[in-house]
Amino acid sequence: MTTPLLSVDHLTMRFGGLTAVSALSFVARSGDITAVIGPNGAGKTTVFNCITGFYRPSSGTITLADGGAAHPLHALPGHLITRRAKVARTFQNIRLFAGMTVLENLMVAQHNMLMPSVVNGLLAVFGIGGYRQAQKRAIEKATTWLEAVGLLGRADDPAGALPYGQQRRLEIARAMCTDPVLLCLDEPAAGLNPRESDELSDLLMRIRAGGCSVLLIEHDMGVVMRISDHIVVLDHGKKISDGAPAEVRADPKVIAAYLGEGDEDDIDQVAAEEAA
Amino acid sequence: MSARPLPPAAMLRDAGLSALVALGLFVVLIGLKLTPTDAGMVLEQRWRALAIVVATVFVGRLLMLQWRVWRPASAPTPRVLAEALQRSGRWVAPLLLVVAVVLPLFSGRYVIDVGILVLTYVMLGWGLNIVVGLAGLLDLGYVAFYAVGAYSYALFSTTFHFGFWVTLPVAGLLAACWGVILGFPVLRLRGDYLAIVTLAFGEIIRVVLINWTSFTGGPNGVSDIPRPTLFGLKFNGSGDPDTFAVFFGVDYSITQRIMFLYYVILGLALLTNWVSLRLRRLPLGRAWEALREDEIACRALGIDVTVTKLTAFAIGATFGGFAGAFFATRQGFVSPESFTFTESALVLAIVVLGGLGSQLGVALAALVMIGGTEALRFVNDLLSSLGIQSDFDFTQYRMLVFGIALVVVMVMRPRGLVSGRVPSVALGQRTEIAAELVAQGRG
Repeated sequence: MTTPLLSVDHLTMRFGGLTAVSALSFVARSGDITAVIGPNGAGKTTVFNCITGFYRPSSGTITLADGGAAHPLHALPGHLITRRAKVARTFQNIRLFAGMTVLENLMVAQHNMLMPSVVNGLLAVFGIGGYRQAQKRAIEKATTWLEAVGLLGRADDPAGALPYGQQRRLEIARAMCTDPVLLCLDEPAAGLNPRESDELSDLLMRIRAGGCSVLLIEHDMGVVMRISDHIVVLDHGKKISDGAPAEVRADPKVIAAYLGEGDEDDIDQVAAEEAA
Repeated sequence: MSARPLPPAAMLRDAGLSALVALGLFVVLIGLKLTPTDAGMVLEQRWRALAIVVATVFVGRLLMLQWRVWRPASAPTPRVLAEALQRSGRWVAPLLLVVAVVLPLFSGRYVIDVGILVLTYVMLGWGLNIVVGLAGLLDLGYVAFYAVGAYSYALFSTTFHFGFWVTLPVAGLLAACWGVILGFPVLRLRGDYLAIVTLAFGEIIRVVLINWTSFTGGPNGVSDIPRPTLFGLKFNGSGDPDTFAVFFGVDYSITQRIMFLYYVILGLALLTNWVSLRLRRLPLGRAWEALREDEIACRALGIDVTVTKLTAFAIGATFGGFAGAFFATRQGFVSPESFTFTESALVLAIVVLGGLGSQLGVALAALVMIGGTEALRFVNDLLSSLGIQSDFDFTQYRMLVFGIALVVVMVMRPRGLVSGRVPSVALGQRTEIAAELVAQGRG
């Protein structure tokens, strides 16, 4: 599939005098797993926060084209990005509702489906409005996702009591319960052991197979190279490379950004020293 | 604390040091006293009193050191206590309800009056619990909605002669409006900042009530507020056909009216409880709790944080308004003096002491705080029935006693009497979530 799903066009984000992202343009295609990589401080999370409405971009546009509709993400209020444009996200530092159970976390994610408006929410107090059926469907969906991430046995445990790897998976399941067309993951493999990283890769492939496109920030190159269809490389807020994993891996600019680029003189000097 | 026993010499040295500090402190404070007489100032020496104080410190310090040694190594932890309380919670709540229902049938006017007072605070506590306990928004101005409700009924009934049952929903609605009005400016505030603005809001309402004399009667308040009726039947001894006594062919007694008021507030409080418990299991209540846990995550899940906060303020305020209307009709008189910050603080103390988000805890805390204060009046009677004559007036010290009690409870059970959280939905069995995991909300 080659339909563009998310188009970022000349996105610039300034914090006071600091330009975190400058004139960034890229496209994430529908049905792809798109990875945004780059050294620390390259502006990856800033791009994410712009896409998911936590920052308002200084200039530029972000458009999500889903079916016939085009949603201008740079102008939508934060909660509507999830609700209307169907973009879900997870956080680099996990943000679960720690004092609520695993199941409750997934129920909160289906809030808009369960309560289309405040009036519905208040009528439900008196048992009006078919809330019971909606709740039953919501529990079914939650159960499906709990099974998918292997947490069904822990449904009634508090989310805060889960081990780290399970919390990561629960956060992905929670985001998926909002029925997104684009799932944005901020370093989902951070802190996972190799086996858990493999499980995560499988999960993301299954999510893509289920029809949801994925945009991810990741430092774990193993995961990125294995599952990505398309990689965007940032450095100092600018795009330095964009393409399929094999192309990006071979790009000298990417290698320089990751290994540190020396001045020509330095390299000559090192070469001279080695020769001597 | 270490249970390692100190050698006797070290203990004596420690106690001696404490006694020395006490001596240094009190030698001028207690040992010497200036008394003005006709012949000028006389320096009175009170070495005996000083000796008693220093000796007390010495012995007290020794006992304290000894206590540290003797104290059982593993005192029952609060967790065990909490679990016991949770188990007993199953029957405590129904038992309290039964007692509340039958209480007026077996007690005199005074007890029913105290019951009405306790139930009013239970209701206010449950109302505030929605805002503070569930949504995690610290509200120091809850009394404002109580005042709006009270004045709504007072003014509607005295100006337009509306009845209590007609005005009750209106009072709730008006309070809800003010809840939303308060909600808007504070939407972006969190924690301490939110607390300060809500505090100011409570004061603004009170100051307006005092100064807008033409509308509210100013400091004189509104008097001659009509009493509530039972389907049009009044409670008085006039002998008219539309009074309760004549209609049912019984002798009029003032207890009938008090009992009626008691059941009205009991009904209103139970309504508050029912709505809160029900909302907790519905998406709206779950969104409130999610908001308390993590506002940013809520936003990322597509929850409209603005609407969610405003509904919490509005629904909490509605019940404050109901309680206010009841207060007005019970007193027959309202004035701004009834709606000071102390009231807000008391209701908040009930919620915090009971345990944020816990319905049973709030009810228990209200019973202890309000009922307990009243109970202190009877300490002397109790003592004299035991054969001890005491001139000590405990009621003078009741605020002190309750201050100390509050501190002690909060030290021993920092998350309130009934902490922990019961999940709102479960696939299998609902198991309580330990209080340590549950966020307290920072606004």
